[in-house]
Amino acid sequence: MNPYFVLGLLVAAILAVGAWQQKKKAALYELSWGVQIFKTLTGRHFLLQLAGFAVFIAFWQLTVKTFSLPWFNRLPGPWECLMEWLSPDPAYGISIYTEDYYKHILFSTYRATTAFLLATLLGVPLGLLMGWSRKFYQYSFPLVELIRPIPPLAWVPLAILVLPGDEPAVIFVTFLVAFFVTTLNTLLGVESIDESYFRAARCLGADKQRLLLDVVLPGAMPFIFTGLQISMGAAWFSLVAGEMIAAQFGLGFLIWDSYSLIQYPVIIIGMITLGIIGWASSAVVRSIGRKLMAWRERELYGSGQSG
Amino acid sequence: MSKMSASNLKLLQPSPPQDGLACRATDGALSIKTVGKIYDPEGVHVEALRDCSLEIAAGEFVAIVGPSGCGKSTLLNIIAGFDNLTSGEILLDGCPLATTNTSPSPGPERVVVFQQGALFPWKTVIENVTYGPVVQGVMSRAEAIQRAREMLSRVGLKDIESSYPGQLSSGMQRRVEIIRALINNPKVLLLDEPFRAMDTVTKSASHQYLLELYSATGKTIFFITHDLEEAIFLADKVMVMTTRPGYIKKTLAVKLPRPRQYAMLAAPEFIAMKADLVGAVHEEAVKAFEAGEREMA
Repeated sequence: MNPYFVLGLLVAAILAVGAWQQKKKAALYELSWGVQIFKTLTGRHFLLQLAGFAVFIAFWQLTVKTFSLPWFNRLPGPWECLMEWLSPDPAYGISIYTEDYYKHILFSTYRATTAFLLATLLGVPLGLLMGWSRKFYQYSFPLVELIRPIPPLAWVPLAILVLPGDEPAVIFVTFLVAFFVTTLNTLLGVESIDESYFRAARCLGADKQRLLLDVVLPGAMPFIFTGLQISMGAAWFSLVAGEMIAAQFGLGFLIWDSYSLIQYPVIIIGMITLGIIGWASSAVVRSIGRKLMAWRERELYGSGQSG
Repeated sequence: MSKMSASNLKLLQPSPPQDGLACRATDGALSIKTVGKIYDPEGVHVEALRDCSLEIAAGEFVAIVGPSGCGKSTLLNIIAGFDNLTSGEILLDGCPLATTNTSPSPGPERVVVFQQGALFPWKTVIENVTYGPVVQGVMSRAEAIQRAREMLSRVGLKDIESSYPGQLSSGMQRRVEIIRALINNPKVLLLDEPFRAMDTVTKSASHQYLLELYSATGKTIFFITHDLEEAIFLADKVMVMTTRPGYIKKTLAVKLPRPRQYAMLAAPEFIAMKADLVGAVHEEAVKAFEAGEREMA
């Protein structure tokens, strides 16, 4: 297949997703689909977003190719990277047609997801417990605060020594950062809950267990989900760092390996892929959060007028 | 604001408890005896209440007024069981509710309606209203929902049961919160400046439905405010609290007939009562202001 054909497919896919979203929006605002699309395309938001991308790509093209500035002239240009990415027969062995590309993506995604899920399963209960029980907070908070600032990469040697093999070590390092972000945001969430909700629940007859379920957990939910989004991002960046040091596959490994093999377009392909996957995973977390916190969504859009 | 007919109001009467003990008309007498409260966080000695005594008869509507920071809310928190007292005692229908050697514990026989509103934003209106009876185990969920629907529809809130509080106006939120309190059949309703943040129109509508609910249920009401007009308009007795350490300095019996009408706000006797209270509260406000300046200096 010709790269231009793929490019066309990609553009068509983006347009289809865009059109579908516009249709949803049109239904929401009770406009016709055509009017909604016109409003969006001529809206400030869309034009500014487009301008942002255009400025970025123009900067890349101008510095690297057009003027070939001294520090930039070793880098590949945007067009070169795009063509390599979409090529059925890539010069450096990585494009959307090669099996290896997906293997790297799969490995990284598997590691990041495992680490993220572990961090959520352990971090949310720990944060809730810290916020709920004064005593437990005093036990654990200083320890957490002392361990948290240690950069993830500093854990790599210990992780490799203690854990069997490189794989668990990379996951562990990824997990750590996500775990602290989740724990602290959950704790912050519990602390942010207005005292009067606790009081109201106790007035109405709730015991300590009910407080945990009916006030602490739902009350902390907005912060928990903010934390999970940050934790997802953090998982990706520490994962890539971990993969650069100790892994045989994964996008971090790919980027570092391409650097040593002087396959510069592959570095860019790896980076852009990370950007897309990172953005998509955050979007998934965000949409789950929205589903779980319908009350908040409605609160933000609902009427706050008095009457 | 929907007008409620007399027959509808009957339905607001809480159903008698299951064990057959009918809700006696004398329930809900509150006597507060020489209560003192000293806060002592990290050695900073603050005396919020000193020898504060007052009697509230069952079914009486009492408003407490006083300058900000005078200890009104402290007293409410002690009655509610959020805080302990350091001297004196509080009796509810003759039984000790708070003493110096009991640890405070809130309960559904004295429910608080909060200044900023404390409906759970993550629960719908019906979930909020049924929360008390369900969590106490006094009603099944189905019974509670039915009861809640009855009560909500009597105050014109039938159609919003699956809304979240964030979607409601502040006036509706407060109405729901009062219903959430009343469904527990409390002996005393504790209202902590519930209409403070409202605009004038919402406020006067809120007064109207609170008065209607009061005449329908006959609950004892302990109402904190710093709005003197509101206090006189709603209450049977208005009590003025002094600046810290707080105690009741003056009690004014409001002799206006019920149901209260807005025309009463312009009646000469209303104005005379207000003038009387303004004098008393102003004196305390000046004291509080000067004390504040001393602390700042």
